[in-house]
Amino acid sequence: MSRQIERLATGGRIDRTKPLAFRFDGRRLQGFAGDTLASALLANGVTLVARSFKYHRPRGILTAGAEEPNALVQLGERGASEPNLRATQIELYDGLVAESQNRWPSLDVDLGSLNNFAAPLMPAGFYYKTFMWSPTVWRLSEAAIRKMAGMGKAPSEADPQRYVRRNAHCDVLVVGGGPAGLMAALVAGRSGARVLLADEQSELGGALLGASDTIEGKPALAWVAAAERELAEMPEVRLLKRSTVFGYYDHNFLGVLERASDHLGPAAPGPRQRHWRVRAKRVILATGAIERPLVFANNDLPGIMLASAARSYVNRYAVRPGRRAVVFTTNDSAYAAALDLKAAGIAVAAIVDLRAEPVGVLVETAREAGIEVLTGQVVAVAHGWRRVHGVEVGAFYHSGEKLLGERRAIACDLLCVSGGWNPSVHLFSQSRGKLSYEEGRGIFVPGQSFQAERSVGAANGAFALAACLEEGARAGAEAAEAAGFAVPAGADLVPAAEAPEEGPPEVLWLVPPLKEKRGLAKHFVDYQNDVTAADVALAAREGYVSVEHLKRYTTLGMGTDQGKTSNINALALLAHDIGAEVASVGTTTFRPPCTPVGIAALAGRDGGEFADPIRRTPIHHWHEAAGSPYENVGQWKRPWYYPKPGEGMHEAVARECLAVRRSVGILDASTLGKIDIRGPDAVKLLDLVYTNTWGDLEIGRSRYGLMCDEQGYVIDDGVTTRLGPNHFLMTTTTGNAARVLAWLEEWLQCEYLGWRVYCVSVTDAWATVGIAGPHARKLLSELSTDVALAPDAFPHMSVRSGHVAGIPARVFRVSFTGELSYEINVPASYGTALWTACMTAGAPYGITPFGTEAMHVLRAEKGYIIVGQETDGTVTPRDLGMAWLISKKKPDFLGRRGMARPDLAREGRKQLVGLLTKEPGFVLPEGAQIVSEVRRRPPMPMIGHVTSSYASPILGRSIALALLEGGRKRMGEVVRLPLADDTVIEAEVVDPRFYDKSGERLNG
Amino acid sequence: MQRYSIFSLARNALNDHADWERAWRSPDPKPSYAVVIVGAGGHGLATAYYLAKEHGIRDVAVLEKGWLGGGNTGRNTTVVRSNYLNDDSAALYEKSLQLFEGLSRELNFNVMLSQRGLMMLAHSPHELRAHQRLVSAMRLNGIEGEMLSVEQVKALCPILNCSPRSRYPVFGASFQRRGGTARHDALAWGYARAADARGVDIIQNCEVTGLRLEAGRIRGLETTRGYIEAAKVGVVVAGHASVLAAMAGLRLPIQSHPLQALVTEPIKPVLHRVVMSGAVHVYVSQSDRGELVLGAGIDGYNSYAQRGSFHVIEAQLAALKELFPIVSRLRMMRQWGGIVDICPDASPIIGKTPVEGLYFNCGWGTGGFKSTPGSGFVFAHTIAADEPHPLAAPFALKRFETGRLLDEHGSAGVAH
Amino acid sequence: MHLIPCPWCGPREESEFACGGEGHIMRPADPEARSDAEWADYLYMRANPKGWHRERWLHRYGCRRWFNLIRDTVSHEIKAVYRMDEPAPKLEP
Repeated sequence: MSRQIERLATGGRIDRTKPLAFRFDGRRLQGFAGDTLASALLANGVTLVARSFKYHRPRGILTAGAEEPNALVQLGERGASEPNLRATQIELYDGLVAESQNRWPSLDVDLGSLNNFAAPLMPAGFYYKTFMWSPTVWRLSEAAIRKMAGMGKAPSEADPQRYVRRNAHCDVLVVGGGPAGLMAALVAGRSGARVLLADEQSELGGALLGASDTIEGKPALAWVAAAERELAEMPEVRLLKRSTVFGYYDHNFLGVLERASDHLGPAAPGPRQRHWRVRAKRVILATGAIERPLVFANNDLPGIMLASAARSYVNRYAVRPGRRAVVFTTNDSAYAAALDLKAAGIAVAAIVDLRAEPVGVLVETAREAGIEVLTGQVVAVAHGWRRVHGVEVGAFYHSGEKLLGERRAIACDLLCVSGGWNPSVHLFSQSRGKLSYEEGRGIFVPGQSFQAERSVGAANGAFALAACLEEGARAGAEAAEAAGFAVPAGADLVPAAEAPEEGPPEVLWLVPPLKEKRGLAKHFVDYQNDVTAADVALAAREGYVSVEHLKRYTTLGMGTDQGKTSNINALALLAHDIGAEVASVGTTTFRPPCTPVGIAALAGRDGGEFADPIRRTPIHHWHEAAGSPYENVGQWKRPWYYPKPGEGMHEAVARECLAVRRSVGILDASTLGKIDIRGPDAVKLLDLVYTNTWGDLEIGRSRYGLMCDEQGYVIDDGVTTRLGPNHFLMTTTTGNAARVLAWLEEWLQCEYLGWRVYCVSVTDAWATVGIAGPHARKLLSELSTDVALAPDAFPHMSVRSGHVAGIPARVFRVSFTGELSYEINVPASYGTALWTACMTAGAPYGITPFGTEAMHVLRAEKGYIIVGQETDGTVTPRDLGMAWLISKKKPDFLGRRGMARPDLAREGRKQLVGLLTKEPGFVLPEGAQIVSEVRRRPPMPMIGHVTSSYASPILGRSIALALLEGGRKRMGEVVRLPLADDTVIEAEVVDPRFYDKSGERLNG
Repeated sequence: MQRYSIFSLARNALNDHADWERAWRSPDPKPSYAVVIVGAGGHGLATAYYLAKEHGIRDVAVLEKGWLGGGNTGRNTTVVRSNYLNDDSAALYEKSLQLFEGLSRELNFNVMLSQRGLMMLAHSPHELRAHQRLVSAMRLNGIEGEMLSVEQVKALCPILNCSPRSRYPVFGASFQRRGGTARHDALAWGYARAADARGVDIIQNCEVTGLRLEAGRIRGLETTRGYIEAAKVGVVVAGHASVLAAMAGLRLPIQSHPLQALVTEPIKPVLHRVVMSGAVHVYVSQSDRGELVLGAGIDGYNSYAQRGSFHVIEAQLAALKELFPIVSRLRMMRQWGGIVDICPDASPIIGKTPVEGLYFNCGWGTGGFKSTPGSGFVFAHTIAADEPHPLAAPFALKRFETGRLLDEHGSAGVAH
Repeated sequence: MHLIPCPWCGPREESEFACGGEGHIMRPADPEARSDAEWADYLYMRANPKGWHRERWLHRYGCRRWFNLIRDTVSHEIKAVYRMDEPAPKLEP
């Protein structure tokens, strides 16, 4: 294990008593608790950590936070492996394993970097201009491009960890736990408001963690600690650390990702991440600011770092990011970094300041500390490959597009850069607030709000600590009051922050190149996607001058860092290239999430058995024990068939079918939708929704109905029974039950408000056991029932109440199989008791359980339709040959006018017919098309299709139902069906009722 | 037009790429045009291109309120396919796919058509039946298509969860080998460049604020850049068809809804096909950059906001994870929304209007991107000839009155 | 992600609701007397304004009641919510 050669002897917020072992690219290294992977790597002197996306250039660590574009690694192993994580955000834990990405064979020697030689051929959008001469060339090129693209790898095994979602409602959501956010939370919290404070770091304090400010004369972090203690004691306040607010949606809905146990590694107990779905009355955005890199030649070398990041590594992590630093800045904030670096024993070779006459207090302090300050100068170029080893600096003196004048070389292994600060306005912008551009500082700041939010502190362009506290306090009080809370007097007192006065910054978008040709090819704007100033210029030259075109043409800002460090520089360069104002160019749309969010966390627990509710019948366990495979029907699990040992599906279904036809079968029909309809207007409702009439239905009798939508198409069918003068029980298809109830309710609630009728779903209240077959009556009579069963006493399509096997029951005599059959309804909890009683009593008859498949065969033999199989939402009752079900007496019902429209009333529409193949053993594939003319090659005119097709055991041949143009006039015709294997099947058009056309069996 | 090729790339590399010309001009609007197309999305630009190329009409302007290709053209999930059930739809989408297949060379702009194959999963015998019907119809319409067994599905897409124990197991799939993806921006840019080269004026940042009619005929357009006279006006503004129709006093059976999409962070290639699942509500492909590109469900309410609701995204990701367990630790990188104009039968409206010289092409719903070349081709014909192209004729507005709808919702998901 | 003030239950998450499109669509009184064009109008023509929209929603996973609301289709702001038996409030321009 290597020593931490770049660890400072003292200081930092790391815990030196807790050393942690970790591995990077197989190297065994050590860090301390409190480190990030980035700081631990730096502590070990590792500065080359990644390769870039396109050119595979060596890259190091640019930042110390979520904006990191370079230092992406693959973390963890096997199922817990995760690509593209930012080393700057990974908290170190013992045993951590990380790998660099997108390099081969190794990070040090990456053959992909040969792309650098081809770079002149690969400017932005080069792929739009070539690979066109043949599809094959493009196919091969694309395959190569795909291989090169991507970054990390998807894990190849299932994720072993757990994820949860939580809803939270609060009065005030404070985003960001820096000074502004803490102050806002304190003031709002003191009012008693329910406050949620979310901060993405492991500790509160925000930018203060990496700085060296003071508040009330004490280290600022002491104030942070006191604030945290106070907040923790407030009962209505919740602190969420390691929690990134990633999206700001309508009506103040925000998404927060809490990395609950990521810092403990994959073996940690409990959920790994928690997705908080927050609805806030008011939102305070204290998201801080992101330092802006500077654009100069070779500005992407490892060892080049944002000044604030270098400061953070020194102050917070006690790490030396380099031994000899140059600081390149346009503003005062980097001076503070230089001073802290120097105090930590790092040589500061020079501060290169763009400004001719910088005047801040910090500038003087730096000079007094003996640091050479080069004013009016810039870093023209950085030198190095795997690490920066020097810079050339010179006066900011240029003509045209070229930097002129003398340059001086300075050796360094660390170059700290600061081009000023961009307020983090991502969430503000997502909330649909309008940004406004501030010319002097070259920044976009929040302007007009759209939702109930307020930006404060650095996020609002107020970078000074005192201003952060001030704005935070004011916003906290405002938000609390807007949410209906009174802020007690003195609760919004702002502590004093002593910070040196800063001089005015200047804005620098580009250090001009030293030579014109290829001059901007190494001026990186977007590090992650390898977009250079030359690419921006090319886009501008070619007319991709909308900022969105620029983004899409160059891929700028489309990486995992969402362009946090690149967008503003790029659009300023574009403005410069096309001679426009930065403000008029505008920003690209800030699309959520502002930091990528794990899919598993967003999915929560909605997977596996929770993917969709599972509905099981009361008799489910019996079927399971019988070894029945299930068919998913809507959310229901229905027994499909009951194979005996050695039987396949085909044999089992044939056996079940024959048992029903010859003896008796038993079916679990509990899933059928059941709607209890009561009220004086119940008949009116049925007359409205069904095509036939209901007023004349006697109590105790049942009737079949077809339900249509207003277009005139069939949407459901089922049997409805009159239980009393104003009381009906409607049955629906299994998958359609909820939709039918909703359909009834919609008419009652939105159109016919005065009708006195109530509809209640009773599907789950009843278990329904169907017994069907010639022995059904005999069987039922043996189940000690008090129901008179004689055909005259209990005819087809009627209901009786009584007891079956001692259980109170409603017995319906209805049939979907064409056999004599009864559906026995008992309270759901008696379902299994009834079923087993039937099985026992039925044993002498060879009672046979049958599943949905046999049911389908049996009904097809009778030519009964299944809504959704014979219909597809474009089929009318007439198409189904059910004109007899359309009342001629009723002036109106749903669908009546619709089905009278010309196209629905026309002759020759597709109509339901039966098909008998010439070859009786051949079962047509369902979905096969019928053509009017067989041609050698397509297209062939199609005139119909097969909706259902089975081998019928009782008929000893195949049968099929089909929808066929003008079908009813084609009886006896032979039609042809070309199949996928190029065979053509011939079939005769017949009546769809294949079996017992007269209905003797079910009426018997 | 400056030719693009590997040779021109090499030549320009020698000169620091300083000599590339603008891909399209940025002209000021002329006072009058023979044809004005409203909307510089893919469809509008394609229409202008085919007007110039096929019909010799070059006095054409395309007006765009924002930046070209900035609406649904730049917001979709880039899937191309022609696996449609109805003959009329199949013919139109197939025409489009065929045009796609020669488009990069024709436009001299690589639209990156990637025919990696597209599979639509069936999660029940019921769905399998519907897919068989579809494939059977496709084949007889002369469009290649095939059914895949679960084993074949697994072989083509190893990361798919084909376990019979999953909540909605995979029963098989229909597969169109010629389906795949194309680069959406490139389609708009390629058409823009080619149309511009033929003399079409593409005028960005020019919003139409009114239509001037006289005696039942179109005369011109009021725009934010002044009045423009036009003998004919073609409107192709996905997401805003109703708004433009209202300017002419017309009503359309269209509802504008948000449709959301998202991409994950880029990863090394794992998904080599386009996979769609109706029952589990997923459609996903992996882009050449390595991102998984996903389309979500349509939000249920009307909106012009180009943003949808977050629970739709959550449901989408849950479904994705269910089908592809290995995505669990990948991350959503970007999400966005577009506005889709939806017709009651999920088929578009193309054709003439009661106003002479005014033509509409709208209501593409979720199917707009794949139809871009075909839509432009038939719309250009319709405008040039003042008569619907035969492929467009069935898509006339009149169908809503007769009831001859072109239902492409697929079979009703109703069972038993 | 709307927060929808159900007139019966109070503000609830959008995911509990289903949007039923334009509100105040009346079924024509005498369907048989309507022309095909009029019927098509009733079946398919719905307002699709960019701005304030009167629409009906169902609290599907709540009280299962339909109600009306007025919502802006650009800002998604909800201006008014009212029950099916209440008249639509006037919309100021």
